[in-house]
Parts: sequence; C-alpha cells; structure tokens
Amino acid sequence: MSSEHIVRSYDEELNHLNEAILKMGGLCEAQFAAAIEAVANRDPEMAAGIAKDDVKIDEIEMEVDRMTVRLLALRQPMATDLREIIAALKISSAIERIGDYAANVAKRAIVLAESRAMRPANGIPRMGRLVQRMIKDVLDAYVQKDAEAAKAVWLRDAEVDDLYSSLFREVLTYMMEDPRNITPCTHLLFIAKNIERIGDHTTNIAEMIYFMVTGRPLMETRPKGEEVLTAPTVAPRDGQG
Amino acid sequence: MSYVDGHIAATATPEAAPADAALARGRAGVSVRGPIVKETAKSARDEAPKIKMTASALDVFYGEKQALVGVDLEVIEHQITALIGPSGCGKSTFLSCLNRRNDTIEGCTVRGRVMVDGHNIYDPSVDVVELRRRIGMVFQKPNPFPKSIYDNVAYGPRIHGLAANKGELDEIVHSCLKRTGLLSEVHDRLDEPGTSLSGGQQQRLCIARAIAVSPDVILMDEPCSALDPIATARVEELMEELRGQYTIIIVTHNMQQAARVSQRTAFFHLGTLVECGPTEDIFTSPNDERTQGYITGRFG
Repeated sequence: MSSEHIVRSYDEELNHLNEAILKMGGLCEAQFAAAIEAVANRDPEMAAGIAKDDVKIDEIEMEVDRMTVRLLALRQPMATDLREIIAALKISSAIERIGDYAANVAKRAIVLAESRAMRPANGIPRMGRLVQRMIKDVLDAYVQKDAEAAKAVWLRDAEVDDLYSSLFREVLTYMMEDPRNITPCTHLLFIAKNIERIGDHTTNIAEMIYFMVTGRPLMETRPKGEEVLTAPTVAPRDGQG
Repeated sequence: MSYVDGHIAATATPEAAPADAALARGRAGVSVRGPIVKETAKSARDEAPKIKMTASALDVFYGEKQALVGVDLEVIEHQITALIGPSGCGKSTFLSCLNRRNDTIEGCTVRGRVMVDGHNIYDPSVDVVELRRRIGMVFQKPNPFPKSIYDNVAYGPRIHGLAANKGELDEIVHSCLKRTGLLSEVHDRLDEPGTSLSGGQQQRLCIARAIAVSPDVILMDEPCSALDPIATARVEELMEELRGQYTIIIVTHNMQQAARVSQRTAFFHLGTLVECGPTEDIFTSPNDERTQGYITGRFG
C-alpha cells in the first residue's frame, strides 16, 4: 500500500507486527542453517545450542499472537490491512513450526554425531541448502510484498520433495544391507523428513504472502512428488555399507 | 447456479473434484472452502436474485455544479445495498434520486434513468406521491410527526386510503409497531406523542411509519448515526428482518455497519461510482485503489 494511514499509530502497530515476523523469520533461518551445519560437520556442541534457542522463536510467536488480537479488536482492519494481519498470524505459526523442526534436526544431529558416519548423510546438506534458500526467498518476498516471488518459492518445493524421495530410497537400502545401520539411518530419515516438512511450511508462507498481496488464494495445483513412498525393490547386497 | 453478483463464483471452488487439488488448497491458510461458505452466505431468498432498481448514466447537477457523474448501479431485490464514501461524494444525492426527493431542490437537474421494476421513475407520467409510497424513506435524525405514536404510523395509510375502516387501520398500526419491535414497549401509551420516546424508539417508529404504507423499497440515510450501540443493533436486526419483504438501500459513514448489514456495497467518490460488489469482497479485497484507501483509513 502506497500511502499511510490517517491515524499514525495504526501504521506503527502494523510496522511492529512486520518487524516481529521478520525477526522471527531471521532467527528461524539462522537456526535451520546451524542445524544443517551441525549434521554435516557432526558437531554436537553446535547442535545443543540450537535446541535451546528455539524458545526465542516461541516467545516472538506469542507476541505476534497478542499483537494480532489487539489489532483486530481495536482497529477493525479492512482490506489490505486485514489481509496483512491475518497473514502475519498464520505466517508466524508456520515459522514457529519451522523452528521446531530445526530444533528436532539439531537434536538428531547430536545422536548422529555419536554413531558411525553414514553415506546418505551427504544428501542432507544439499537438501538443507535448497530449503534454506527457499526460507530466505520467502522472507524477502514478504518484505517486498511480492506475490510472484512468493509463487516462485512455492513452485520450488517440488524439488525438495524429489530429493527427499531419493534420500528415502537410499537410506532404506542401507538399512536393508546391515541392521546396525538402522539406528543412524532412522535418524537421517527423520532429519530428511523434517527438512521436507520445513519446505512444506515454507510453501504455506508463500501462499499466505500471495493471498496477502493479491487478495486471492493461490489456487493452482502445485507440482508434487510421490504422495506415499514405497520401499525400493533392490535386493539386499551382503557385505556392503 | 446463476448468481448475478458473483458472490458465489468468488467463494466457491467449482473444480474442487481432484483430491490433490483440494489438498493443495487446504494448505493455504485462507483457502476457500466452497460448500461451507456457500451454505452460510447464501440463504434461500438469494437464490434467484432479481434486479429491483437500475440507475443508468445518472448525472445530477445543482446549478452549474455536477454532483453525480454517469452513475450506473443495479440494486438487487431483498438485499441491503450500502452506499459508502467520504462526505460530498454523491451518495446522499444518489439516494435522493431514487424517490425523486431532489424534485423540490431549486436548480437541480437530473439526467439519465432510474428504473424501478422496469419503469423509469423520471417519466413525466409518474405519480410522485405514489412513487414515494412505494419507495419509503428513513432519515438520519429520527423525525416523528408532532402527533401521537398511533397517528405517526396511521398517517400514511390514511392519506393513501389503505384502510377501509378503523379496524383495518388499527391492524396496520399494530402490525407495523410489532414488526419494528415497538409494540411491546409502547402498547399502553399509543396516544402519547411520538417525540416522547427515546431516540432509538423514535427511529424504529419512523421505520414503522415507513413500512405502514407497504413500500417495496426503503431508503435509509444514516439511520443509526444518532443512536447508541444498543439501539443501533436493534435497527440493524430489524433491517435484516425487513429485507425479506423489502429492498433496502442504506447510506452510512460507518463502514463496520455497512459490512455488518449489507449484502452489496457501493463506493462513491467525487460524484462517481468507483465500484460496487458483494460486501465481503469490497471489505476484504476491493479492486480500486480509492476504495482501498477509503476503507482502510488512508488518504484516498
């Protein structure tokens, strides 16, 4: 919206809301990046710090909740203002979920660092970087109020789904090869799944931005990977892995 | 479903069939759930909307000054249409065209057409008194006649000869007072002056007076701006009830009121109709920057 409200304090309150979302988003981005790094570098100390910091994100989310309720009750927002406030409420809860998943990745990184290194772990940083990029771009789209940029992020999630599918198969193969791989592989699988879920929440944010800017829901069918993954049909190969 | 004003088209999801498409939509926070929205937003009387009034290319001049510029607007029967816009935007002028109240204004010229049920009300053959019976009016300030409560309501039916005898007149007065929720409050003092009532009661008395002559359309010019929130809520509830039988057009500065009571909203600015659409759309995602600016409290 180009011009400002006649009542200036209304603009200030909306700005605070925006700032809170961005702060939350920035924290979340950093948490996730660190979690991926902790997995890649097998760094339990770094991972332990992440799980602790998740509390900050939760606090800001509660602050956003409080601000939106207040704005709705006291300002009776309309049109773009209403959409911005509703979007902020939903985006903050998506960011909070992303933070939770990042914290969970970090916890598993601690366990993984103690077990033997698995080759499929190499796929995690790649998938992580992709999703990290999506989070960054979706936050940029939020700042710029750019519906098309949001949609571009939304479309990129298919790539994450594909990476997840191939990682799933790879992990399963390793499990079949040697039962001792099952524990670390299960953690890897959960990490991959968490990253995939983060991608989904990021697309939700993209959808909210699109709605916030255009007033229309993003109705197109998003290209998706396989809905339910099945086990690879590879026979176990003894003596490998 | 042939729904003229596009409300259903805007909220329904006609291609909701493929499961994964529905799933994808379900991810959007505000994704539209067609069937649920449909049930609540559309009652039986909205099923086959009929155009009650149509203004076409309406220009109004007060002397040299043009107050309305080429307004085209359709009013749907049994709906409440809210006219909003900043002071001097032409919404009250537009309202006064609908029952030719501006006939009496010196130097006022009207060009264009206003059709009610397919007849141009500016046709020279139109009986203006009869027109104003069919198109009733409620003003900003409650203005009961300096007469008894009973006579306030009975006045219209008397001069229009709508009651054959005292019994019929009593029945009209009672039913109109009852519909406006006043009867239980005033039944034992119908002889007292209308002006002895509270502001909210007076406004409901004015509405009772308006419906006593069985109009088709009721025009309301800021009917609640002089009332407290409780009296306002009563009038709004009454409007909702009355729209089953009448067509209501309301001018209001209170946007929350427009949002609460109306099915369609028209935004006027500098004498032009900027946009008109389903109220829900106007207040969530208006098309025009000026509407956006006005309803969000920015400089338009």
